[in-house]
Amino acid sequence: MNLKKYTKIVLPIILILSFNISTVKASDECFEGVSRSIFKFNLAFDDYVLEPIAKGYSKLPSPIRTGTGNFTSNISTLLSIPNSLLQGNLKQVGHASGSFIVNTTVGILGFLNPAERLGLKPHKEDVGQTLGAYGVGPGCYFVLPILGPTTVRDSVGLIADTFVDPFAQITLRENELLGVSGNKLDYYSLKGANAVDFRSDNLTSFESLEKNSIDLYSSYKSVYLQDRENKIENSNNDNEDWGNLDN
Amino acid sequence: MKKIIIFLISLNFFIFSPLKAYSTNPGDFVSELVNDAISKLSDVNLNKEQKYKFIEKIALENVDINALGLYTLGELRKSTEKTTILKYQKTFEKYFLKSLTSRLSDYSSSKFEVVNEDKKSSNYTIVSSKVIPSKGEPEIKIDWRIYTKNPEKPLIRDLIVEGLSLARTQKEEFASILNSNNNDINTLIEKLEEFLNN
Repeated sequence: MNLKKYTKIVLPIILILSFNISTVKASDECFEGVSRSIFKFNLAFDDYVLEPIAKGYSKLPSPIRTGTGNFTSNISTLLSIPNSLLQGNLKQVGHASGSFIVNTTVGILGFLNPAERLGLKPHKEDVGQTLGAYGVGPGCYFVLPILGPTTVRDSVGLIADTFVDPFAQITLRENELLGVSGNKLDYYSLKGANAVDFRSDNLTSFESLEKNSIDLYSSYKSVYLQDRENKIENSNNDNEDWGNLDN
Repeated sequence: MKKIIIFLISLNFFIFSPLKAYSTNPGDFVSELVNDAISKLSDVNLNKEQKYKFIEKIALENVDINALGLYTLGELRKSTEKTTILKYQKTFEKYFLKSLTSRLSDYSSSKFEVVNEDKKSSNYTIVSSKVIPSKGEPEIKIDWRIYTKNPEKPLIRDLIVEGLSLARTQKEEFASILNSNNNDINTLIEKLEEFLNN
């Protein structure tokens, strides 16, 4: 799809959302019953597929896991570059571009992370965050099969990511960029590796959350929404209402 | 026999003796408290039960569990009868201690370091810290919301792990239960009791 078509489809959606979404709180549910059913399905998927793979993966030697994490993280930096630019954050454009170039070359296709030692620390940015930075509210909350928790804004962002991300352009859309080509399998393999790496890093946290929650669905929702708020603000939100709880 | 009993009582007293007073400066308070907990949790001479008891005691003395319980109730705390609130707080305390000890049961040795403290008001200081796991896993950033209204006795009100507030997560979890049960606090208390009995 060319840029003109993309603009025709995505821009009106963003405009509609920017006028309507800001009145809906992220804690509002789009369709809670359906989301809870999908959440149950996702938990079963996690129990039978993702968690066993992540547990196996976590037993691999540390250099392999670190290398895989670095590799997937380096490729996702490609999505951060245009988004940092769209947010007008030129410092982050520099960090993300520098990190990608250094890690892809000196870091052997991104398996090593020498950029970090040079002080290059790119934030992960996506279209959902860019929309958030523009003031677009999250809209209501729902759960997607396999992909997990999201909001209206972030799900629109998820689709838009595949247009903005150079890696998705090369693989998912099979467009050749600077002589580099790929296919859909490359795209889904990378996303899969990313999911396994993330799940493996959080085995204990997920287990602890499951063990100690009396409503796991709401705990995941809260964690997701807090994480997105922090990522949009590029800081930890510290405006909790504790004010009138004086002993 | 008498000697053995006295020995056991003394041993118990030694292990669970009144906790040492931690510093009143928020950063030092967090540092001393966590390092004390780390040393007890990694002590091979203590069994699980003894470690749990220590953690419970440390939490009862240094975490503002009552305020945390009220915070997690949200606006409902203002419209609920005092007796019901007291019943809720009692159950919440047990729930909090059970989930805390359960979280710490998988403890593996780590290094802890306070990196900054930010005085937000006369009542609150945020202490930033990092945990460096020994197995080469990525470090974890933890911010501690310290309640300092009584400067002689700082209390922990919240832990913000990698930007995620444990108190807020708990509050939103409870809000969901209350919303789907006509804001009936008794249903929430029942759910907490169910958790405690499992």
